[in-house]
Amino acid sequence: MLLEITDLQVFYGRIQALHGVSLYVAQGEIVALIGANGAGKTTTMRAVSGLRPAAHGRIRFDGEDITKLRADLRVRRGISQAPEGRGIFPGMTVLENLDMGTYARRPGREQRQQDLERVFGLFPRLKERRMQVAGTMSGGEQQMLTIGRALMARPKLLLLDEPSMGLAPMLISQIFSIIKEINGQGVTVLVVEQNAQQSLSIADRAYILETGLIVTQGKGRDLLADPAVKAAYLGVA
Amino acid sequence: MSTGERLQAIDLRRVRAVSGMRRWWSRLPRGTRFAVLAVVAVLLYLLPVLNPPIITTPDSDFATVLFTVTTYCLAALGLNVVVGMAGLLDLGYVGFYAVGAYSVAMFASPSSSIATKYPWLVCVPIAIALSMIAGAILGGPTLRLRGDYLAIVTLGFGEIVRLSAVNSPGLGAAAGITSIPHPPGALNGQPIFSVLDAKPYYWLGLTLVFVVVALVRNIENSRVGRSWLAIREDEDAAELMGVPTFKFKLWAFAIGAAVGGLSGAMFAGKQGFVSPDSFPVLTSVLFLAAVVVGGAGNRLGVIVGAIAVAYLPERFRGFQNSRYMIFGLALILMSIFRPQGLIPNRRREVELADRKLDEVGVEVNA
Repeated sequence: MLLEITDLQVFYGRIQALHGVSLYVAQGEIVALIGANGAGKTTTMRAVSGLRPAAHGRIRFDGEDITKLRADLRVRRGISQAPEGRGIFPGMTVLENLDMGTYARRPGREQRQQDLERVFGLFPRLKERRMQVAGTMSGGEQQMLTIGRALMARPKLLLLDEPSMGLAPMLISQIFSIIKEINGQGVTVLVVEQNAQQSLSIADRAYILETGLIVTQGKGRDLLADPAVKAAYLGVA
Repeated sequence: MSTGERLQAIDLRRVRAVSGMRRWWSRLPRGTRFAVLAVVAVLLYLLPVLNPPIITTPDSDFATVLFTVTTYCLAALGLNVVVGMAGLLDLGYVGFYAVGAYSVAMFASPSSSIATKYPWLVCVPIAIALSMIAGAILGGPTLRLRGDYLAIVTLGFGEIVRLSAVNSPGLGAAAGITSIPHPPGALNGQPIFSVLDAKPYYWLGLTLVFVVVALVRNIENSRVGRSWLAIREDEDAAELMGVPTFKFKLWAFAIGAAVGGLSGAMFAGKQGFVSPDSFPVLTSVLFLAAVVVGGAGNRLGVIVGAIAVAYLPERFRGFQNSRYMIFGLALILMSIFRPQGLIPNRRREVELADRKLDEVGVEVNA
């Protein structure tokens, strides 16, 4: 098991956001975490990457307990998160942003070039814009940049927080096919999404989160066909 | 065009206009740039000798004013590390300035309670070290706070340092500490640094400004500088890249404090005495004003800011009564029309525009 979360509880002050979430991600999978606004998706993500402390429960990664590990050390273990929305470094150029992705690894010149080529292969748009200041790019390009930057860390586990947020419909399906492609290159992916349709169709397995609890889980394809899920998340009666 | 796009377009135009000047400068041949800088440096050193008519201060000793300007420049450069580079708001920076000045006073003055009577030169590294420790002590428990909360706590720190001095007989209480020795050196049997002539202090101060500028420049281009930049632009994202944010914020505080302490040590060596009255909250505000008015994150900017804050009130002493009003008005106008400062940092400008977009809450589409 690459990632294993058991009975995770997270609080914001006195407000409990997660009431005991358990889930796992196996090597090589794409796992989706679906839920409405405020269900606790992003909180789960932040607990895994270490930005939010766990009040209770365990997080195991790659055979080790990382529940108490600092966020920056988790990056060194191989967890890399593309934060939600506009999580780029706005004043840095595209290239500088991508180089921040290798911060923890300190790669040599050749390795860096390889990683850049890989990211540019996935997102040719970033190559065109590599000298542009990231804050001046469109939302879609910024989204690509957060994903590319996370890949520069050569993660074992890639965490994607709402990769489709605020994107035009055409771009959304493009982003999801790129996620599939990244997974094909051997990166395990945990993706948090409101867009159930798209994420369920690429996910091996999925969990549905409601007010801090996992209410349903199963294969992506099965959930896509589940009448209850359809009614609640896919807008189909 | 949506509000967000319009805002972005306006800000981008501004970014491009400023970068035009910068490009012109960086395209000059290396030799030309060096020559221009050398001439400027020589002119700066000669300022108190030349006493140029319009620039000189008619109501107070020009060299003394210039020396004060250099101490403000040092403080602004140090505070810029904290505010401009790492993006941490510090409203109690005068505290470090005070720690530096008091360190020199305690270890150098024969009339202090410990009376170790070390020479001034020995006390400077002590002052820098103690200021750094003070920075770490303030930073340790408080750097987990962000934004406004950090500002409030640091504001308290500045006052704590001052009030501790007022209430500690060991630190000379309200009367302060006198007979602090001047920097060393003699020429023809006469001490170079005396109460009679402020020029040597200015030259020393100016030299230190150059040294600190060079040091800060090197740090900015290092891994440390990049870590600060990442923290300033997006602290969460920085942490997700593997930047040990707390450690680097602590270093920003410590390094900023060290420069503030150096500035305080200079002040003590020139003044010959220190008392709590020399370190009011107002000074913190002035230091911060220098950084913000000049352009946080830009070395040249904060120096210009420090000159504006320290020199202009002395130049226009004639307006004694209304000068803080004029100053306040200027600050308000600045924050409305040029929030990025007189000579802005290229990156910070984009950050500012970016934050505005966040506030507008635009739905961003490709």
